[in-house]
Order: sequence, then C-alpha cells, then structure tokens
Amino acid sequence: MSQAQGGYYLPGPSHWPIIGSIGLAFLLGGFAHFLHGESDIYMFIGAAIMMIMFFGWFGTVIRESQSGKFNDQVDMSFRMSMVWFIFSEVMFFAAFFGALFYARELSIPWLGGAGNNAMTNELLWKGFEATWPSNGPKHVGGAFKTVDAWGIPAWNTLILLTSGLTVTWAHWGLKKNNRSQLILGLFLTVALGATFVGLQIHEYGHAYEHLNLKLTSGIYGTTFFMLTGFHGLHVTIGAIMLLVMLIRSMKGHFTAKHHFAFEAAAWYWHFVDVVWLGLFIFVYWLA
Amino acid sequence: MSDHHPTGIMRWIKTTNHKDIGTLYLWFAFIMFLIGGSFAMVIRAELLKPGMQIVDPLFFNSMTTMHGLIMVFGAVMPAMTGLANWLIPMMIGAPDMALPRMNNWSFWILPFAAVMLVSTLFMEGGGPAFGWTFYAPLSTTFAPKSTDFFIFAIHMLGLSSIMGAINIIATILNMRAPGMTLMKMPMFVWTWLITAFLLIAVMPVLAGAVTMMLTDRNFGTNFFNAAGGGDPILFQHVFWFFGHPEVYIMILPAFGVVSMIIPTFSRKPLFGYASMVYATAAIAFLSFIVWAHHMFTVGMPVAGELYFMYATVMIAVPTAVKVFNWTATMWRGSLTFETPMLWAIAFVFLFTIGGFTGVMLGVGPADFQYQDTYFVVAHFHYVLVTGAVFAIIAAFYYWVPKWTGHMYNEKLGKTHFWLSAISVNVLFFPQHFLGLAGMPRRIPDYALQFADWNFVSSIGGFVFGASQVFFLFIVIKTIRGGEKATDQVWEGAEGLEWTIPSPAPYHTFETAPEIK
Repeated sequence: MSQAQGGYYLPGPSHWPIIGSIGLAFLLGGFAHFLHGESDIYMFIGAAIMMIMFFGWFGTVIRESQSGKFNDQVDMSFRMSMVWFIFSEVMFFAAFFGALFYARELSIPWLGGAGNNAMTNELLWKGFEATWPSNGPKHVGGAFKTVDAWGIPAWNTLILLTSGLTVTWAHWGLKKNNRSQLILGLFLTVALGATFVGLQIHEYGHAYEHLNLKLTSGIYGTTFFMLTGFHGLHVTIGAIMLLVMLIRSMKGHFTAKHHFAFEAAAWYWHFVDVVWLGLFIFVYWLA
Repeated sequence: MSDHHPTGIMRWIKTTNHKDIGTLYLWFAFIMFLIGGSFAMVIRAELLKPGMQIVDPLFFNSMTTMHGLIMVFGAVMPAMTGLANWLIPMMIGAPDMALPRMNNWSFWILPFAAVMLVSTLFMEGGGPAFGWTFYAPLSTTFAPKSTDFFIFAIHMLGLSSIMGAINIIATILNMRAPGMTLMKMPMFVWTWLITAFLLIAVMPVLAGAVTMMLTDRNFGTNFFNAAGGGDPILFQHVFWFFGHPEVYIMILPAFGVVSMIIPTFSRKPLFGYASMVYATAAIAFLSFIVWAHHMFTVGMPVAGELYFMYATVMIAVPTAVKVFNWTATMWRGSLTFETPMLWAIAFVFLFTIGGFTGVMLGVGPADFQYQDTYFVVAHFHYVLVTGAVFAIIAAFYYWVPKWTGHMYNEKLGKTHFWLSAISVNVLFFPQHFLGLAGMPRRIPDYALQFADWNFVSSIGGFVFGASQVFFLFIVIKTIRGGEKATDQVWEGAEGLEWTIPSPAPYHTFETAPEIK
C-alpha cells in the first residue's frame, strides 16, 4: 500500500487517523458528559479507542522503521516535528507559569491596594493584606501550609536530574553498541521516573491530609496543583515513552546510527526535567 | 507509479495525499463559511429594524458567538491550511507534505470538533452566548452547561492546528527541492512558514486558557476568581496573548496570496521581495508584544497603556511596507484585470482601510471611545472579510485552473466580484458611523438614532450573503467543466506550480526539480 518516492517514504492511505478522531471525540465529549453528572461510559470507550489507535499507529511506524523505509530526510522531518512539538508543550506550560507570575506580582498586590488600586482594597476587600502564598481576600479553602521545598521536592529534583544522567548514559551505550548499558540505563531512568511520580502522589496526599493545601485553596492551591499536576502528567507520559524504548531495546530495535525514537523520548525527558527546575524554584522554593 | 488508493468515500477518509487533504480542508472551510454566514444573516435580520423581531436575546448572543468562532476556527484557518496543503509542496518541488499520515489526522479532527461546537446550540440552557472571546466570568460562573463541550471543541481545534503547523514547518524546512534557498521561496511559502511558527507558539496558550476555564468551572480552581486571589482580567491576558497572534495567523497567508497574484497580473516580479520577508517576520514578532491593546479599558496601570499603545502603532510600519510594495509592483506594470487580480486589488484597498482603523483603535485615549462599539466590528470585518476572505476567494480563482484543469467563467467571476465588493462596503462601512455614534456591539436591539445605518448595513449583508451562495454555484460549475486550462494558466505566472500539467496529477515532483 505504500510507495517510496524519490527516496522519501510516503505512507499510503491509513485508517488510524479517523479512528483517532472518533476516539478523541468520544473521550472529550464523554468527559464533558461525565462532568454534567451523566454516565462515564463514553469517556472510557473513547480512552479505549485512543489506546488502540496509539498501539496501531505507532506499531505501524515501528514496523516501517524496522524495515528500513525511513531515509535521512524522513528522519530529519521526524526530528524537526519533535522539536516543534516540545516547543508547543513549552508554550502550554508558559500559560500556567504566566498565571502564577500574574497572580503573585500583579493581582494579589492589586487586591491589597497596590498601585492605583487603593479603592479596590478599601471598598471591595477591606483589610486584605497582600502576601504570598495567598488564597485571596475570602481565604478560599481555609488556612493552609505550604510544602517544604527541602523535603520531598528537593529529593525529587535530585531524582529527575539523576534520571537525566542515566538516560544520557543509556544513549552513550546505544551509540557504542553496548546493549546492556542501553537497557540498564533506560531501566534506571524509567525506575527513577516512577519513583518521582510515586513521591509526588505521596506529597499530594500529605498536602491534602495534613497541610489543608488543596486544588481549591485559592490562587496558591490552584497554581500549585495545576502546574505540578500537569508536570506530573508529562513525567508519566515521558516515562511511558521511555518504557516503550526499553521494551524496543530489549527486542533488539535501534542501531548505533538510526534511533530517532530513542532520542525523541530522551529530548522529551529533558524537557520535563527543565520544567521541573522552574517548578522547584518558583513554586516550591520561592513560595 | 500507480495510484492504488481506495475509491469512493474511503479515498477521502484514509487519504494521505496533500492534494486530497487540501481539497477536504477547502470544502470544509466553505461549508463552515456558509453556516457561519447564515448565523450572520440571523444577526443582520434582527438588526434590520430597532426592537425585537425574530430571535430572543440569548439566542442572538449565541449567534454572534458562534458566528465568530466558526468563521475564525472553521472557515478562515482551515481555508488557509487547505491552500497550504495544495500549494506548498507544489511550490517548493516536494513530493508531498513531510508527514502525510499526521496531515490526514490534522484535517479529520476538524469535522468532529465542528459538530461538537455547533451541537452546543441544541443543548439544554442554550449554546455559549458570551462572544467569541469567551471572557471570564461570563464563560465560567455565568455560562450554560454546554460551555464544557465548547471547551473541548477548542481543544480539538487547537490540536489540529498544532499538528498542521508542525507539518507545514517540517515540509518547508526539510522538503524543498535542491537549489531552492529560503530567499528563493515564493512569498506564500514564506508567510505560511511564519504563520506556522505563530500557531505552534499560541495555540497551546489558548489550550491553557480553556483548561483554566474548565477547572474553574468544574474543579473549584480560582484562576479567574478575585475572592480567591485570582483575577478575571487574567483570562483576558491569556486569551489575547493567543488572540493577537491569532489575527496575524489569519492575515499573513492572505498577504502571501496577494503577493503571488499581483506580480502575475502586473507581469513584473514582486517589488522588494526581501523587505516583504522581513516585514512579515517583523509583524509576527510584534504580534507577541501588543496583546493588551484589546484591554485598554480594563484599568491597567498607565505605563502599561502607554507601552501597549506605542508597540501597537509600530505595527503600521511593516504593514505599510507591504502595502507600498504591492503598489510599487503594479507601478508601470502591464496590468490586466482578470478576476483574481480584481479581488487582490480590492484586498489592498479595503484591507488598508481596516489597517487605518486599527491604528485609530491602537491609540489608547481614543480607544476609550471606540471600545466595544460597532467601530471595532467594522474594523475587524474590514481586515478579516475584505482582507482574509477576499484573499482566499482570490486564491480560489487564481489556482482553481491548476486544481481542476478548468478555467472558471470570467463573466461569472467578475459578477461575483462586483456584487461582493460593493455589498461588503454597504454592509460594513456604515458600521464605522454607528460605532462612532456610540452603538455597542453584541446587542439585539438599539436606540432609534441607529436605525437608518443599521437598515443599510443589513441590506448590504443580505446581498453579500447571497453573493457567496452564487460563489458556491461558480465553484461547482468550475469543477464540473469549463474551458480547458493550459499548464501555465496565466501569461505572467511564474513558479514551480505552473510547470506541471493542469489539472495537477495526483503525485507531483516525485523526482525533485532543478532550481536555478
């Protein structure tokens, strides 16, 4: 069904995209349906269809790659696309970091009467003093404490930075055809990623039970959980990517010269690493 | 190479061919244009006379909201992406788009997102009625349940745009024929390269904005809730950080189209090609640092007002470079006025009117008077209808002989042009007067002193709407038959797409052409 034209591989007609569209519509439409107190079945049907699509689509690409269909120019298309995809993810996080900085530097001080907002404070929010962390003039969610940056978050920083080293070590192994180094490096990276997510879940439990810090705890709780939550989601996605690379490595996929998928997963991993450093500094440390 | 692809409906559903996908995008955009246009007809019918005649106020507000969303995300953006799909590989001598399967997915998300978006009109509590800018708290605390479906429709549209843009960048940077350096690329390709960058930079920010809406609505977050330390104005900042580049996403490819058409019918190369490239890049850069000029009246610090005013008015410089270059291209050219050229010239005139009113609105103190009036409505319809939409129609007449192998009927094309060009001014020019006199946007009824110009505007609207149904007839007639087009089609046309047969074969440039 496929043609290689002028050396550049052009895939033939495919049913995976339309399956993906149907799955996405079920997943998101079903989620909205569920949010309105209705059945959650459509959401799960959508998730299942998406899983089938991802397995089928990526499986097809892996088979094409293994049969040597991708020349250097195709490889370059993949590389460019991954770089721009990661850039789009950076901009997604930028929106939430922007919300955090806006709240800290502008909206909270203004509610407290800074700049030309004396009457805002006097008439609307009398007695509110601008501090950070804050859950706003109405103390939405009640009094809370923040997570200590030098407890679990510091350990998590060490874990993610170490995982950045282990994935690079795995890459060195791949480049000098040392399979066991590749597999061990990837295994350690996935294990460190899983540890990070586990500790993060533990920290969330601690925040909810002992610190009264919740998603609903004013703007602090909102930005804290949305930023760390989306980051945790991305760590999970990155760990799944690396797990797939681990399985493929054990199956003997990749060569010292031809291993774009591995590098894409590694780039993504470094991206979540860098986002974490931003979170550690601006969400935990300077809280 | 044989074309073994499925036939019938499955050809279109499973296709990975850039020409098929371009056709799908263009038809989708046209259908959405007619649906969004019919909503505009409801708006103009209600505003024909003062008083409440046809629809209730909530439904009226749903109509303005849906009209805007459908025209932006359903009509103009997909039409531009359709042109990109058809033309970019042919213009740079590539066998197809860089990632053909993902290209299919970029398109086939759209119909599902569109159905989800339009279906909100039929849900309990009505569709979204907070305007296409969906400001909080109108879209959070006070919005109907259907808003959650709207949010996910926006997520899907954004996903489609990001994948489409990634594909376009990879195609342009990686698939050019040997010898086609960046500064030899046709202007349309340049404008799309920069547009794709804008899309990747801002669509995720829009996703962030609607995600904040979703969690504020359903999970008790406080992004836009002042009592919890958030701020409804934060929504406007996030939205317009996306929204201002978004308007350039819609107009930059239009600049590209016009920069292709005017040289052809002037029989001269584009004047100041390099300055066109730099002006496009400058406009794109400025688009990121001017967003709060949409928010002059929200109570920003004066320093902010001044900064955003100066930065905004600066956009006039690179834009004027473009207008002067188009004019200089025509200067002493051997001009002919076939239908595409008429639309392109109308674009230059009428877009410039929209540009001028943009400068007026960019002046902070004056904007306090114009804010949220029909003057703003007139402004952005001049840039988007007589700007983006006119360029898309010009592109259709210019390239349809290459797509179908048939010439359109010149007499019908010119009739379509004059009907549209006159009626669109009858429709939108009086709205400047209404706005200056103080008529607010997004209202189903108005004070009596606005009656005359509203009547005129509505009549113009009905004629303009009917003209686009006439356009549908021309499109179908041209696809079904017509005078056989030559390979070069236009005497003065230059570029790789005019070196291949008309209609363009299913696969082109399987071997890369030589660029001298």
